[in-house]
Amino acid sequence: MRFDWRRRIALVTGLTLCGVVAAQAQENVAAAEEEKPYHITDDGTVDWPTFSGFRRYNSVCHTCHGPDGVGSTFAPALTESLKRLSYEQFFEIVVNGKQEVNTAVQKKMPAFGLDPNVMCYLDDIYAYLKARSDGAVGRGRPEKHADKPPEAAEAENACMGG
Amino acid sequence: MARLKPASGYVLAVAGAISLWGAQAMANDELLKLQEDPKQWVMPLGDYSSTRYSELAKINRDNVDDLQVAWTFSTGVLRGHEGGPLVIGNMMYVHAPFPNTVFALDLSKDGQIVWKYEPQQDPNVIPVMCCDTVNRGVAYGDGKIFLHQADTKLVALDAKTGKEVWSVTDGDATKGETGTSAPLVVKDKVLIGNSGGEFGVLGKVTAYNMKDGSIAWRGFSAGPDDQMLIDPEKTTALGQPVGKDSSLKTWEGDQWKIGGGTTWGWMSYDPELNLVYYGTGNPSTWNPVQRPGDNKWSMTIFARDADTGMAKWVYQMTPHDEWDYDGVNEMILVDKEMNGQQRKLLVHFDRNGFGYTLDRDTGELLVAEKYDPTVNWATKVDIKTGLPERVKEYSTEANGEDVNSKGICPAALGSKDQQPAAYSPKTGLFYVPTNHVCMDYEPFKVAYTAGQPYVGATLSMYPPEGDSHLGNFIAWDATTGQIKWSLPEPFSVWSGALATAGDVVFYGTLEGYLKAVDAETGKELYKFKTPSGIIGNVNTYEYNGKQYIAVLSGVGGWAGIGMAAGLTEDTAGLGAVGAYKALSSYTALGGTMTVFTLPE
Repeated sequence: MRFDWRRRIALVTGLTLCGVVAAQAQENVAAAEEEKPYHITDDGTVDWPTFSGFRRYNSVCHTCHGPDGVGSTFAPALTESLKRLSYEQFFEIVVNGKQEVNTAVQKKMPAFGLDPNVMCYLDDIYAYLKARSDGAVGRGRPEKHADKPPEAAEAENACMGG
Repeated sequence: MARLKPASGYVLAVAGAISLWGAQAMANDELLKLQEDPKQWVMPLGDYSSTRYSELAKINRDNVDDLQVAWTFSTGVLRGHEGGPLVIGNMMYVHAPFPNTVFALDLSKDGQIVWKYEPQQDPNVIPVMCCDTVNRGVAYGDGKIFLHQADTKLVALDAKTGKEVWSVTDGDATKGETGTSAPLVVKDKVLIGNSGGEFGVLGKVTAYNMKDGSIAWRGFSAGPDDQMLIDPEKTTALGQPVGKDSSLKTWEGDQWKIGGGTTWGWMSYDPELNLVYYGTGNPSTWNPVQRPGDNKWSMTIFARDADTGMAKWVYQMTPHDEWDYDGVNEMILVDKEMNGQQRKLLVHFDRNGFGYTLDRDTGELLVAEKYDPTVNWATKVDIKTGLPERVKEYSTEANGEDVNSKGICPAALGSKDQQPAAYSPKTGLFYVPTNHVCMDYEPFKVAYTAGQPYVGATLSMYPPEGDSHLGNFIAWDATTGQIKWSLPEPFSVWSGALATAGDVVFYGTLEGYLKAVDAETGKELYKFKTPSGIIGNVNTYEYNGKQYIAVLSGVGGWAGIGMAAGLTEDTAGLGAVGAYKALSSYTALGGTMTVFTLPE
């Protein structure tokens, strides 16, 4: 289930600001728990979205959160965070950012809501990190992955603007 | 006064010129003289030649094993601490990463804090710093301390009181332009570069007038000739004039405007030639397929006139970068005999794994040899053309988008990153802290959004095949391009080295050890584990007749991203390598300066 990411920002921002659709959010959480966002066959081949998520994560997110989601000296290990965060919470933090700056800590996650390199692949990144967090995918590059389906290429072009 | 005779008008003008010249010469003389006093440490790399060498010899190879901790100082900041303290007279100036606190400590009063400066900066600058919120140190000149803040602000502080004298904003942090580098004071100017190559920021170096912070000159790394301060006829590359539009011709359309080539490394200065030297960083993006051309003048050594900023010569080490091999590492200026001829040399250990020796007057390339034998992306550098001979297998451009190029050495963090090397005129050797890491690199399409990361590649890093260590500390002969000795270290050596007349060389390790080794043989003479991993530079000074060694601990930086949790899993298929521990098993965060000396 994929929406246009710009519409989804509006949805999530709405959730954050008003909290009026809490019931719907809970429904989504439940759905996310039922259905794993990644698919790995018996021979270890990961589906395209999970592989795509690996690439995009290790291009943008890893500069703070470390290679393969293992964390760094200054940003948390997402392999751990994804054990706690719901899809909606993950989405909200990526879109709007997060800040903890005081005398002891200088932590600041930027808002990626306007970055197509993140937003066009947010579900992919989530799938990859969830797979890492569940232990379904190990460190490094997945050895085998499914080919890029034509609809993924199409969606990518549409989202990234050509 | 309207009736001034022409003659006295002439006199006035001359007097003005003389006093102007006088002021310039004074500022120049002060630092020129100070840098020769081994008792002080007046600029981040020790002297204008960036040798990081000290004539002090009270601590020497025979007594260094008696070294003890004299005192320590906490910066109160947890993130990565690069750079090191300055010592001017009885004052020591210590800096910290974001929020870029500066402390002035009085050595005559047991390090009492004379003043503390903590700028207010928008926390939004934190996440646009690619590799932790590091800062490589403050500079001194004309009674002022110059701080180059994360948000690109350059602040002049009264060295005695810490009061702000002036400040200027150098760039636009909302577009990902940040400040991490140490300023360099030359004559009556203070020079700074910029950071943000992973955000499509265009590189530049700006010289500010020390007196009031007004701009004296600014030279960009790419673009039209006049903005780069390049003269098509007079600026040369390997002896030939670069010609008109030397940069514009090597980019597609307007791509140079978001083309990187940032200048976040170190600068050196030759007072006789009046030239300033520095290197430019990677072209943006990391996906080479998306930016055809040589991408000049990214990855380039620049020699600029200190007064006007005009480029005398340029040399591009890695045209059309395909691996993120920034050219920003320090330029070490030495005078040495080569093939029976005394020459003014510039020695540079590049991220791309080659150690370059050039004539620093003309820019002629003399030596380019690998300083880590595992370097494989190029077989060699042609001395005549200056071009690296690339190996197709490791070309991320040739292999193309969406293809994973495997086993490239070095990794993106280079055979060496910004951690500065040292040179001892006694041994004639360079002491180089290195990384020993390889990578897989897969470029893919990326879109540019101002202020957002502009990377476009995914990387995996690991030790070279068959090796279990990630760093070496080496001694290098720059006239022949050969490694004299090499000390393996479990992690990248991310600390600046110090060579001394006491025949001892010092460096720090990521686990937190300060190490002293014999300058001739490399034999380990002393080690002490400081409170946190060391990515700072080791400095030395003398006060009240005693020699001290000072170093900042505080793990972080790029090393803290890659190695905190280890580059790979212990169980991963590394063959003979076996168990390979994470840095987090050895050290934790915390900014502390540790100062060593010999017991009474």
